[in-house]
Amino acid sequence: MKILVTVKEVATVEDEFEIDGTEIADQYLGADLNEWDDYAIEEAVQLQEAGIADEVVTVTIGPEDCEQTIRQALAKGADRAVRVWDDSLEGVDLLDVNAKTEILSAVVEEEEPDLVLSGVQAGDDSFAATGVSVAENVGFQWGAVVNHLEHDFSGDTVSVRRELEGGVEELNEIELPAVLTIQTGINEPRYASLRGIRQAQRKELDVQNLADLGVDESAIDADLELTDMYEPESESDVTVWEGGPDDTAAELGELLRDKGVAQ
Amino acid sequence: MTDVLAVTDHRRGELRDVSYELITAGRSLADETGGDLHLAVISGTVDDFADKLNREGVDAIHTVPYGEEFNHDVYTQAITQLYDELAPQYVLTPNSVNGLDYAPAVANALDLPVVTDTIGLETDGETLIATREMYGSKVETTNELENNAVVTIRSAEWPAAEGTGDATIDAFDADIDEAAIGSTVSGFEEVGGGDVDISEAELLVSIGRGIEEEENLDLIRDLADALGATLSSSRPIVDNGWLPKNRQVGQSGKVVTPDVYIAIGISGAVQHVAGMKGSDTIVAINTDPNAPIMDIADYAIHDDLFDVVPALIDEFQ
Repeated sequence: MKILVTVKEVATVEDEFEIDGTEIADQYLGADLNEWDDYAIEEAVQLQEAGIADEVVTVTIGPEDCEQTIRQALAKGADRAVRVWDDSLEGVDLLDVNAKTEILSAVVEEEEPDLVLSGVQAGDDSFAATGVSVAENVGFQWGAVVNHLEHDFSGDTVSVRRELEGGVEELNEIELPAVLTIQTGINEPRYASLRGIRQAQRKELDVQNLADLGVDESAIDADLELTDMYEPESESDVTVWEGGPDDTAAELGELLRDKGVAQ
Repeated sequence: MTDVLAVTDHRRGELRDVSYELITAGRSLADETGGDLHLAVISGTVDDFADKLNREGVDAIHTVPYGEEFNHDVYTQAITQLYDELAPQYVLTPNSVNGLDYAPAVANALDLPVVTDTIGLETDGETLIATREMYGSKVETTNELENNAVVTIRSAEWPAAEGTGDATIDAFDADIDEAAIGSTVSGFEEVGGGDVDISEAELLVSIGRGIEEEENLDLIRDLADALGATLSSSRPIVDNGWLPKNRQVGQSGKVVTPDVYIAIGISGAVQHVAGMKGSDTIVAINTDPNAPIMDIADYAIHDDLFDVVPALIDEFQ
């Protein structure tokens, strides 16, 4: 079985920041492997270790700068990586779900995986829609928000649990090939070992542009235009206790005694 | 005319609250240009659901009596067929786990853009202006699109519709292709029963990412012991396996309503807030004065938990 894992380098934002137009100013931004994708990589690598998967391939839409992040997935055990970038993607404020769907679908059709694992959402734009959209687009089955995947695959279905709201899980049998969007907590993502990091440098990282994939540039014309970005107005009427830890702890202690919840 | 088709949510025989919120969101969109609000009720006891959903502002309710529980293939087929029949401008769905399991597929099948997790919506009949958050609620954005669209709404952002409506209720004859159904729900399971029911506690000491390391949890356990409080947490602590699932407060965990909720090192992601905003008094201990938890806290200490918590333990020992 071949598994394709979608991997994204997301922007992280410091506690204090400034907005420049419809972006956060560069100096307040960091970059990291998307948290949800980290769990998806781990799940794929565990399936490989269990003898279910023969090959784990990652796919990323991103510029050359993100290769360091992609290599994390290779260092954790993925066999090779595909990175898609194109001059036409430079300067796009927000790559919407349809654009990502077109690009990732082309890679799915080229790689022909049996299973695609994708993080439930990306920590920066938080659409939580791309995995399901890709599945529908390529004619795969799918399951959104999967927090448990049985590793003893039999036949052409997978048994999963979907994490619903309120502490309820849905047990679901899904036909392959399928896209599963992976929720945090499904496993414990490993740290890359030093050996893994060294090996990752030698693994194949294939770069493709839209023409390579047969994707027309018009496919990335976003329907959705980001027009404004601002800090949310605080509706807070919070009482802030000032002073050192002893002072503030005393204030909280008094509140708890007044409410009769602690003695 | 801005007609809206809103798809309601139910589980195990009960309509979910967001279904009534969808009516409010859908009505306000349709009102901007005098359009109609249609509801879709798919699977389960659709007639009973339709009676309950017949609230003020709903023009028509279309029932699809097929199957008992949610199945994304049935939903996707039924909604695309309703869209073809009704030609609404917007398809509105909950940004629930199930909403996210069909809305992107419906959008793709209909070749429409999808905008998820919206917290505000406006239209002039042509342009949709959707407000949503990015970077873990650190910023809000406005997004415009000119076309028809599939839009998911965040729960608890619109008030639930009330009053009695006079909608037409009709069974929609969806042509469900069973051969295209590729997933089967075999059951549901409640998770995280366990030793303690945090939803019963009067005083919760709740810990988040700010605790940094598992061994630091002992400090919070000492605090809970000193206060006679119950220990709970936000999602990352449970994801890390540091506390069992039955201690998790939030959308996918438990909803709690204690007299006092002490949120320690918790930033206040919307999924967490959904589980604890009904607490009588909320106290936040967090170094970041701009953390979203401050928007709903009654009292706050902007300081390092590793300084404040020991001082509080001393207070009660």
